[in-house]
Amino acid sequence: MEVTLNHYLLIGAVMFVSGVVCMATKRNGIAVLMGVELVLNGANVNFVAFARYTNLGLDGQIVSLFVIVLAAAEAAVALAIALNFYNNHQTIDIDQGDRLHG
Amino acid sequence: MTEQTLFFIFAILAGGGALGVVILQDIVRMAFSLIISLGSTAGLFFLLGADFVAATQLLVYVGGTLVLLIFGVMLTASGPFRRIKMSSGETLLGAAVGLLFFSVIAFTVIGVNWQAVPSHREVATTPSDQSGNTSRAIGMRLVGIPADTEIGLRSDSGSRTGYLLPFEIVSVHLLVVLVGAAYLARAKRRESTDATQGDA
Repeated sequence: MEVTLNHYLLIGAVMFVSGVVCMATKRNGIAVLMGVELVLNGANVNFVAFARYTNLGLDGQIVSLFVIVLAAAEAAVALAIALNFYNNHQTIDIDQGDRLHG
Repeated sequence: MTEQTLFFIFAILAGGGALGVVILQDIVRMAFSLIISLGSTAGLFFLLGADFVAATQLLVYVGGTLVLLIFGVMLTASGPFRRIKMSSGETLLGAAVGLLFFSVIAFTVIGVNWQAVPSHREVATTPSDQSGNTSRAIGMRLVGIPADTEIGLRSDSGSRTGYLLPFEIVSVHLLVVLVGAAYLARAKRRESTDATQGDA
């Protein structure tokens, strides 16, 4: 059984869906950030797989490098916000962050 | 044969780690599962012949971003916040929506005939893709010189700008974001900690 493009796309789909469900259902703020990382990685798998199995060249790999850099930036800012939230509210449960709720 | 065995090992680890992040309740175990998933993704990138992307994934993601996340876990996972329970109804609803979403994507992936895509090829033909030595080619593409397949086809290669402008934008973005994150996360000495505790 040969490894084809479909296999990589399905792995990317598993990671993407896991990340989306993790973002939507977890109540821990750090867990939501982990879901974002999973979503970005699932997209990256697709980019690199298309760069390998089509002759679109290396553009997919370059875009995946940009995605990795942006994910690092996003994680840094989001963690700073999460730590500030924890300092201000003494909890990391995002359901408690409803002070703007009217 | 070796490639298939390695692919299935890495694929099972990556998918299983991703599922573990969703299923596990303990935040520390979720972080460990995420490490397994992202590390195996780097293995998949090596199998795809993208050695530079895989090394970057290992260095930046597993070595940097995840360490940052684990610091976040350590600083916040105290007492009752280590595992925050969901109600079983929410769990069922999340599983159902996730399965539906996955089946939509899976049927789309399987249904599309990728062979019919005009640019499809089964096996990489360029030597840079075969050997996985892509760092030089990626650098050439960043400055706009097509180093791979289309080098003979394209005579106006000087007019292509490549990815230099996005690269600069991303670099400045990363710098600004890191300065901003350091500013946000620095320990502030507030004199009114009791007041914030009072209304929290």
